[in-house]
Amino acid sequence: MSTETLNNSSHHPVEHEEEHHDATGTKLFGFWVYLMSDLVIFGSLFATYAVLMKGTAGGPTAAEIFELPFVLVETFLLLFSSFTFGMGVLAMNAERLGQVKAWLAITFLLGAAFVGMEIYEFQHLIHEGFGPDRSAFLSSFFTLVGTHGLHVTFGLIWILVMLVQLSTKGLTAMTRPRILCLSLFWHFLDIVWICVFSFVYLMGVL
Amino acid sequence: MVVVAFMAIAGIALFGLITYYRKWGWLWNEWFTSVDHKKLGIMYFIVALVMLLRGFSDAIMMRTQLAMAAGDAAGYLPPEHYDQIFTAHGVIMIFFVAMPMVIGLMNLVVPLQIGARDVAFPFLNNLSFWLFAAAAILVNISLVVGEFAKTGWLAYAPLSGIEFSPGVGVDYWIWALQISGIGTTLTGINFFVTIIKMRTKGMTMFRMPIFTWTSLCANVLIIASFPILTATIALLTLDRYLGMHFFTNDFGGNMMMYVNLIWAWGHPEVYILILPAFGVFSEVISTFARKRLFGYMTMVWATIAITLLSFVVWLHHFFTMGAGANVNAFFGIMTMIIAIPTGVKVFNWLFTMFRGSLELTSPVLWTLGFIITFTLGGMTGVMLAVPAANFVLHNSLFVIAHFHNVIIGGVVFGMMAGLTFWFPKAFGFTLNEKWGKRSFWCWFIGFYVAFMPLYVLAFFGAVRRMQSYANPDWQPWMILAWVGAVIILLGIACTIIQFWVSVRDRKQNADVTGDPWDGRTLEWSTSSPAPFYNFARLPEVGDIDSFWSQKQRSEEQLEEAPYTDIHMPRNTVAGPVISFFALVIGFALVWHIWWLAGVGAVGVFASFMARVFNDDIDYYVPAADVERIEREHQLKCEQKLGVEAQA
Repeated sequence: MSTETLNNSSHHPVEHEEEHHDATGTKLFGFWVYLMSDLVIFGSLFATYAVLMKGTAGGPTAAEIFELPFVLVETFLLLFSSFTFGMGVLAMNAERLGQVKAWLAITFLLGAAFVGMEIYEFQHLIHEGFGPDRSAFLSSFFTLVGTHGLHVTFGLIWILVMLVQLSTKGLTAMTRPRILCLSLFWHFLDIVWICVFSFVYLMGVL
Repeated sequence: MVVVAFMAIAGIALFGLITYYRKWGWLWNEWFTSVDHKKLGIMYFIVALVMLLRGFSDAIMMRTQLAMAAGDAAGYLPPEHYDQIFTAHGVIMIFFVAMPMVIGLMNLVVPLQIGARDVAFPFLNNLSFWLFAAAAILVNISLVVGEFAKTGWLAYAPLSGIEFSPGVGVDYWIWALQISGIGTTLTGINFFVTIIKMRTKGMTMFRMPIFTWTSLCANVLIIASFPILTATIALLTLDRYLGMHFFTNDFGGNMMMYVNLIWAWGHPEVYILILPAFGVFSEVISTFARKRLFGYMTMVWATIAITLLSFVVWLHHFFTMGAGANVNAFFGIMTMIIAIPTGVKVFNWLFTMFRGSLELTSPVLWTLGFIITFTLGGMTGVMLAVPAANFVLHNSLFVIAHFHNVIIGGVVFGMMAGLTFWFPKAFGFTLNEKWGKRSFWCWFIGFYVAFMPLYVLAFFGAVRRMQSYANPDWQPWMILAWVGAVIILLGIACTIIQFWVSVRDRKQNADVTGDPWDGRTLEWSTSSPAPFYNFARLPEVGDIDSFWSQKQRSEEQLEEAPYTDIHMPRNTVAGPVISFFALVIGFALVWHIWWLAGVGAVGVFASFMARVFNDDIDYYVPAADVERIEREHQLKCEQKLGVEAQA
């Protein structure tokens, strides 16, 4: 079997270009499909929340524990981070590596602030005795919101990894589709959060 | 204990043999780290066949117990042991036998059928296999260390909650299914993208072989349903580990939510298993009847209809829950409607055989056996779909008889047919027909002897999951069922002998042309076994059954295009290493060893990062090498043909 690698076989740049182009398309399509399967997980958790939200077992109800202004700040942090990520992708398309890294760093800070606020909210609730083991309602609330938060945390780790890769490798055929996938992931989490905000927090308080 | 001892001896013997012949390096480099879909398919099948022996030993233990435990007799298995056995039997047969066979066959066949060089994400494919293998190992560890769940294969809550199942059995169940489920989801995404994106030139959706179509639909079902399983098991995990209240009796929990969620995955799951089997039968019948499949378009649309309908019938698994007459009526009717597209398929197979020149090879025998058995099982299914009748039949042996009727008659027969049909493509020689047919007759007769008595017993009032029974009149039927299980055991033995005899006679059975059955689809156009790059030149397709029509006008010799460089993925250690750490996490969490779980998590992350930072993941096979490989193969074939001509 040949051991000739892609890197040192510079004599076929033209004929393989199409294959690489197609590989990016396949990766993005695959990532879309993954996101849809992830959406089914969130769908299951939303359904569970809908069924169990009345199961307060004498504990607090949604209206008693949610603080909308606090959550609104969280929401805007995340929405704004989607915008900054979008700017990062635009910078990538314009081949401005420094700007890509800067926008990713800003996105990271916004995302980290979001996760920090969520941890504060959870910790605050648990401290008051309203932890996830208090009632079925709180179990499903913590799990739905926590699963989203866990996703955002993974997104943050992914951003860090991409910052390292951008610094060591630059914008290559390897890193570009990853940035695009991460961008899809980030916007996807934003959309899920809008559903969380509407169905859990807004409807809980109203 | 006998099983443990047998496993230990077999394991040590295998380990010793591999070490003695110094094959570890070869296994690791050529197989374990391989991203070649054909090798992964073979490995899926090997694990599945080993697990079949485990699942079957559970089965024969249960049948023996029930043949003995009539009246005052207690049999030889105490209830808590018996409960573990029926749970393990169900889990193993579905997750570690049927699923890997189906996925293995998809691996082996789909890329070849669509004229692709590999799947869309070869590394993920390897990772999927190893996650599955890690889960299978975890299930086997439970046999030796600790215990397995005593809850039934779906671990209904609240029985599976910490209050009623405080031991580690359910935890083994949780982590084995969670790890293998993630692998399956990745497979689903991988093959969906492969089929959508990587078909060769000219192969439009409606020119795809039926097996590829049924695989596509099965993968859609995997993508849409396995995340529900992941979520459901995660919720049960939170209940058990963190004291949450999703499915508990108190604190507002709702155990019926569990039953709904698990079957919202569980019903599509049975179609994930059966649809590819339908695909196998379609390929087998049209190949051996030497006719194009009757009603290709209706077959495709029936498959799509079943795919969609499979998501709106889950409640028929628990009509007795008390959802109300209207809800039950809806799900009963939807369930019966599934019989219509399935009936369309049966008629298509019958009409394909009609006026064809059917050759009674063993794959055809499996197919005929399937059509008869599955039709019967389908009818008992429609009976169960009537909510009023279901109130009588629920949790009785009728249900057991019904789903073995469709799973053995459908999935097992389908996988045996597929194994025999595509075996030469994987190994380059055909399987022995005589032992294959013996295996079929044992399975076919054994199935009827083992499971028809259960329909009868159900009408006497026998329920499932009982370890003994008071009524001695049932015993003759139970003994008859045991005899059936023994006949099936003979069928399994025939299959093992079939492998042995076929490997022994592999020189005589060699498939020189790559097309032993006069096949119709692209996988038969390349050599057997297929080269690692599948096709030296990517084929072009202008029709359904493209290879067949190409053979019909074979006189016009196509001008051979020159070989070009082929882009291939490199083997990778990441799959086995990540899965090893996943196994460590699973084991640690079962036993609440938190530091070890942390080590496993760090291991998964580190090995995944090593993969992510590795740029050297693919290479080009130079055109000259392709030409050399192709020429060597041609020479070998000509030599073999020459030897045969002399003899």
